[in-house]
Amino acid sequence: MSKAESTETTTTETGVIQSVSGPVVSARDLDARMNDVVYVGDEGLMGEVIEIEGDITTVQVYEETSGVAPGEPVENTGEPLSVDLGPGMLDAIYDGVQRPLDVLEGKMGSPYLDRGVDAPGIDLEEEWEFEPTVEVGDEVGRGDVVGVVEETVTIDHKVMVPPDALDEGETAEVTAIESGSFDVTETVAELSNGTDVSMHQEWPVREARPSANKKTPRTPLVSGQRILDGLFPIAKGGTAAIPGPFGSGKTVTQHQLAKYADADIIVYVGCGERGNEMTEVIEDFPELEDPANGNPLMARTSLIANTSNMPVAARESCIYTGITIAEYYRDMGYDVALMADSTSRWAEAMREISSRLEEMPGEEGYPAYLAARLAQFYERAGYFENVNGTEGSVSAIGAVSPPGGDFSEPVTQNTLRIVKTFWALDADLAERRHFPSINWNESYSLYKDQLDPWFEDEVADDWSEKRQWAVDVLDEETELQEIVQLVGKDALPDDQQLTLEVARYLREAYLQQNAFHPVDTYCPPEKTYLMLTTIETFNDEAFDALEAGVPVEEIIDTDSAPRINRIGVQEDYEEYVEDLKSEIKEELRSLY
Amino acid sequence: MKEYQTITEISGPLVYAEVDEAIGYDEIVEIETAQGETLRGQVLESSDGVVAIQVFEGTSGIDQNASVRFLGETMKMPVTEDLLGRVLDGSGRPIDDGPEIVPEERQDIVGAAINPYSREYPEEFIETGVSAIDGMNTLVRGQKLPIFSSSGQPHSELAMQIARQASVPEEEEGDDEESSEFAVIFGAMGITQEEANEFMEDFERTGALERSVVFMNLADDPAVERTVTPRMVLTTAEYLAFEKDYHVLVILTDMTNYCEALREIGAAREEVPGRRGYPGYMYTDLAQLYERAGRIQGRDGSVTQIPILTMPGDDDTHPIPDLTGYITEGQIYVDPDLNSQGLQPPINVLPSLSRLMDDGIGEGLTREDHADVKDQMFAAYAEGEDLRDLVNIVGREALSELDNKYLDFADAFESEFVDQGFETNRTIEETLSIGWDLLSMLPKDALNRIDEEFIEEHYREDDSEREVVEVAD
Repeated sequence: MSKAESTETTTTETGVIQSVSGPVVSARDLDARMNDVVYVGDEGLMGEVIEIEGDITTVQVYEETSGVAPGEPVENTGEPLSVDLGPGMLDAIYDGVQRPLDVLEGKMGSPYLDRGVDAPGIDLEEEWEFEPTVEVGDEVGRGDVVGVVEETVTIDHKVMVPPDALDEGETAEVTAIESGSFDVTETVAELSNGTDVSMHQEWPVREARPSANKKTPRTPLVSGQRILDGLFPIAKGGTAAIPGPFGSGKTVTQHQLAKYADADIIVYVGCGERGNEMTEVIEDFPELEDPANGNPLMARTSLIANTSNMPVAARESCIYTGITIAEYYRDMGYDVALMADSTSRWAEAMREISSRLEEMPGEEGYPAYLAARLAQFYERAGYFENVNGTEGSVSAIGAVSPPGGDFSEPVTQNTLRIVKTFWALDADLAERRHFPSINWNESYSLYKDQLDPWFEDEVADDWSEKRQWAVDVLDEETELQEIVQLVGKDALPDDQQLTLEVARYLREAYLQQNAFHPVDTYCPPEKTYLMLTTIETFNDEAFDALEAGVPVEEIIDTDSAPRINRIGVQEDYEEYVEDLKSEIKEELRSLY
Repeated sequence: MKEYQTITEISGPLVYAEVDEAIGYDEIVEIETAQGETLRGQVLESSDGVVAIQVFEGTSGIDQNASVRFLGETMKMPVTEDLLGRVLDGSGRPIDDGPEIVPEERQDIVGAAINPYSREYPEEFIETGVSAIDGMNTLVRGQKLPIFSSSGQPHSELAMQIARQASVPEEEEGDDEESSEFAVIFGAMGITQEEANEFMEDFERTGALERSVVFMNLADDPAVERTVTPRMVLTTAEYLAFEKDYHVLVILTDMTNYCEALREIGAAREEVPGRRGYPGYMYTDLAQLYERAGRIQGRDGSVTQIPILTMPGDDDTHPIPDLTGYITEGQIYVDPDLNSQGLQPPINVLPSLSRLMDDGIGEGLTREDHADVKDQMFAAYAEGEDLRDLVNIVGREALSELDNKYLDFADAFESEFVDQGFETNRTIEETLSIGWDLLSMLPKDALNRIDEEFIEEHYREDDSEREVVEVAD
């Protein structure tokens, strides 16, 4: 946590360290509530109260505890772990407790993360051009927008009345407001009940921000990934899990979503993952273009990086930091997508802390409250009617890293009980470099039916029929493959051989997508649809030819059909697809 | 400095002592036995009045009269450029009868995490001269790429080949920014004297020793010492890379022994065990080692790690390879079947992976067709592998002409591309050229992952009919 207003840091009580064991420290005589933030030891390492027993308070420390000794003081701030909310969160990169990593680098003067250094989550001195959207005399309620500042080229940051400033249904009159340059701590509007509204709010991370109503999501989060949009779509405000063994492409899939999903805001939480991967995001995103408007991608992105070697307690909190920031932008009426990579590391952090507390373990050593914590997190996603009457959404997409790729382990299973979209990554597919290696037999999306109307309006009337056709062909292929494994392909009747050929195009052209190809990396839904219809054209023409007596070898050996594999890399795909369809027709019809 | 003779309990590698002052977590301890022997240890848990100490050299010889001294600091590694060419024990003390080491600095062995904001993304190709790595699973500077092997496999030979060949100085022409020197740091944890000798002989034979630092914790050395050896190694590596501008290649062998030592300490402390008895914090602990690879903005050097681990039962779902795979940037599999077929090195490219490959190859780095060639070879080899199972049932005659070509491709891929011998050093040009030889065995329109332009340029028409020596089934 960072304290934007240092004057508020009122130490209520000081205790004394009694014992130190890794990230868990216990203190005597500390007057604290659960989840209060404390500063531990002579160096003032940030920690959080996680257990109180008699006069012993147990604290998880967000920094390395080497050298911390019993007898050193513990100071209580009397406040729960909170984040600073305000303009400046986009285009920023934070650690697990919202300390900006670029500021830390400057303050520590070293490329290594030192201890005991704190920094506010948003720059307190930077001035923003505030433009009021209400006038003196207007009545405002909690969460209402009083003005905007241009946070980045892409996003207007809306300045809202804090949700705890007024009760539900209560309103107050604006008594003073003016445009101009302000820093985030200055008052930009005054209300008749005495509230001074500034651009800065604080919110405790473990508590969901209030909303008026949760609604059924009906708009897809279009990702530009064919297998996702085409077969297993996620809604804006939906939840999804991506489980898979190492090397199966979880991170690449998450990156693709962060780059191309049509959300307004992306919050990317790197939870206990590789340092180099976060660096890749930091280096790539400022240079990549937002597909919606051509602005730099960082202009809509907030990054939270807790790499695997950073303190384990901060890993536990980074997920909450991320979702609180996401909720804040949701309150402004934006569609936010949160990627958490990986929730397994988060669960392991809980397990590690729990075992240091010597709690009775549940399944596989995870704490008994694992399922409850996972459910709480995913429940903070959704399509909401906000307290100020706007609508916004938080979509949550969590990667899961099951040990040994075994989906029966507790984190995967507890996640699947909550999320409605399941993208199962498959080591076999990854091994043969079929990417994205999402297994089409195991994956599912429960949003399909509620999203079909959108696709039918926006893309094509027969969107859902085409999808069903593709699913049927792939299902049939799975069955046929079992026979092929026993007797070989040539032993199958001609029509089944042809089905295998059609399925091969579905797999190789449609389901595979090259994330590293400049064109193929993003596939708009229109292209996804056209690609599918091309394969269906081939299917229909081929079966006609077969019925007319053309041998299956000749059909498979045509010159035009293999060009289906190249649709993905075509920039002018419409023309290419038109030509290709007529060529396929012509060539196949010429055979009989 | 106060001395205590207050040991209350000795259990496995742990000693508990009563104290009357505040002792810091992780602080270094010296224990002097009645025989006058001095043992070193580290504070594992510190509470009012009692500390738990983990003794590196093992607790034998300690009794309740032994005296305990707390040095008031955490474990440090004395570092200097003069370490190059030296052989040290697992705790960083010289064992080569050389002169005393005069440290330039003493650095904390628990390295702080590198700020991701300060890192530089690794994308500089390292030519290892091994086709299965360079061509299919490219290594880049600052990467951590483990070798997943099992007992009885030639992983040491492969590691030595990489260390030897990757160290070849860059050619004179062009790039002056590549002035950084190359160094190898070798950390042995619990390997046998014989294995250690092989490494040492190879180092001496090739003259590599003078730009190497060797840390030796052998199989009969104390197990607990193994938990500090890799930290000593990496502290030295970071110093040479980020303060002295070396490109450092760190070889750690065998990580399995390291994890066994962690488990031993965990068991002695009566911790709640995680999977298969390994401690629940093993992921975090391993990450603190592996994440110390990388590059830092504004520094010329780099730390590249090749940890070697032997998978118990050749099972990659075992916690050690599993957790490693989740942290490292890929893995290289040494395959017992390929080894028994006599392939050198017996690398199975299919499950192997280099996550940083895509940014380290291509135009200006290796060659513009590299990515496409790699993708196509992976797909074709996987296809051939699948067909091998089928051939066992239905025989080659039942397969189509194309399927037979895939089978030939898979055989040739193993015998010509992978099996190059431990002494052969191939340039990336040679590797890709062999790749095109093999791909030209397949019909042109089967090459659906390669840009048409590259097919025009590199596909060998006349080779498409060539005969390939069939490997006996």
